[in-house]
Amino acid sequence: MSDVLVEVRDAAVQLGGRTVWRHVDATVSAGEFVAILGPNGVGKSTLLKAILGLLPLSSGTITRGAGGADRDIGYLPQRRTFDASLRVRGVDVVRLGLDGDRWGLPLPGRRSRAANRRVHELVELVGATAYAHRPIGECSGGEQQRLLIAQALARRPRLLLLDEPLDSLDLPNQAAVAALIAQVCRTEGVAVIMVAHDVNPILPYLDRVIYLGRGGAATGTPADVITAPTLSALYGVPIEVLTTSDGRLVVVGQPEAPAHHTDRHA
Amino acid sequence: MPGFSWNIVDDIRDMWSVPLILNAFRAGTVVAVIAAVVGWFMVVRRQSFAGHTLALVGFPGAAAAVWLGFGITGGYFATCLAAALVIALVPGGGRRGGGAESATIGTVQAFALATGMLFVALYRGFLGGPTSLLFGSFLGVSRRQVVALAVVGVVVLAVLAVVGRPLLFASVDPDVARAHGVPVRLLDVVFLVLLGATAAEVSQITGALLVFALLVLPPATAQLVSSRPGRGMAVAVLVGLATIWVALFVAVYSPYPIGFWVTTLSFGGYLLVALYRRVRPVSAR
Repeated sequence: MSDVLVEVRDAAVQLGGRTVWRHVDATVSAGEFVAILGPNGVGKSTLLKAILGLLPLSSGTITRGAGGADRDIGYLPQRRTFDASLRVRGVDVVRLGLDGDRWGLPLPGRRSRAANRRVHELVELVGATAYAHRPIGECSGGEQQRLLIAQALARRPRLLLLDEPLDSLDLPNQAAVAALIAQVCRTEGVAVIMVAHDVNPILPYLDRVIYLGRGGAATGTPADVITAPTLSALYGVPIEVLTTSDGRLVVVGQPEAPAHHTDRHA
Repeated sequence: MPGFSWNIVDDIRDMWSVPLILNAFRAGTVVAVIAAVVGWFMVVRRQSFAGHTLALVGFPGAAAAVWLGFGITGGYFATCLAAALVIALVPGGGRRGGGAESATIGTVQAFALATGMLFVALYRGFLGGPTSLLFGSFLGVSRRQVVALAVVGVVVLAVLAVVGRPLLFASVDPDVARAHGVPVRLLDVVFLVLLGATAAEVSQITGALLVFALLVLPPATAQLVSSRPGRGMAVAVLVGLATIWVALFVAVYSPYPIGFWVTTLSFGGYLLVALYRRVRPVSAR
């Protein structure tokens, strides 16, 4: 597991003259399941976009190793759902992830048959066979999220970047989609970096977490990082981490960032 | 030309022996095809408002061209394409559901109609006044105009054949498309220019106010029938062609204008399919 896909070194990002975060260090290796955690507005999506190369750093470096090229990354941005009246089928959306960036008409032939096979495979992998041929606007939030994960996996990426994929799902769907992502990570050997607001649905599957604060980030295993001393040191205020009887973690006292959430839905 | 008989084949032969009507059929065919294909993308992208604005802006262009003695076709294309570029270059212009811009666009629409009326008034000898520019006319489509429509139509379809797939990606899923290297912003501009050219073409048959009869209704009907992109566009083309052919046929024998027939037929077709879908909702096709 020494195959490093992404290395973040002393990175900082400024948006509109305001430093979002700085002194962030992190390493993600092949096949790892990593979560980016932190309170609202701390810049979790911003870190994902910086890793994608969509945002420039104001200092530090982010290097992507072999297997971290653009083509090897599947990206699922933060979003609300597709409009209910959008009459494009789930399989078409998955197919766009495979060859939607190609110019010219998708003519029938060997390439097209191979693409159809791959789409079929992906739809089965995420368990979306029952509704993949319906217009995606008519699918539920959980169904759309599964189809979008299939889309992000279309080109057999070695790294999946997911921005709050569990957002706006109900609890059973959160658990099911989290299990699906973990399964993809384990069986397909795809490294996952996932922005999450709540760590609990993915806690059993995580290898490492990147806990973001304004002055830096704490990285390591969940057991090392999500503790009162580590988070108190990160935020500079006393923070408590409580464990409920069913093993869920509750972080109490972490400061919410100021109200201008420039990284949300941006 | 003899009047209507129940022998449809003879009727059509009679009609097509009149060059004026034959030209109308040729022009209508070209316009119906590109309106259906471009309209399909417009409906998916939710840019109907931009499409309507572009068509309205064509009205003063055409009126000014008549007043100044230029060809009416050139007037439509010049203003529609210029307006498409302006909308494309305004930040956030023409983007779906732009609430803040809708007031601006509404103002531009009103002003376009006003200047159009001014040019019509300045040109005193205008036969029939602004009616044919606003509500369509099939008489007076010249051979040169048919050729111009066909050339522009072929160019529009050729560009769409090249950019169609990334354009669909950028329309459905702009963030992911951008991450896949699709030039989303450039495609926004390209599509608006295609839409401007199409609005200019359709206006010449249906008039500036009734472009939606061919630009929105056939694709909307097709989307009720199929949610596959290729099949949806094919159905839209068939619906558009059926609409314009039947409308022209009826218009030749009736005293009412072509714009009325095209709009009524395409609306009726949409209504029938929508009612059928109510009874038999099949979304997996």
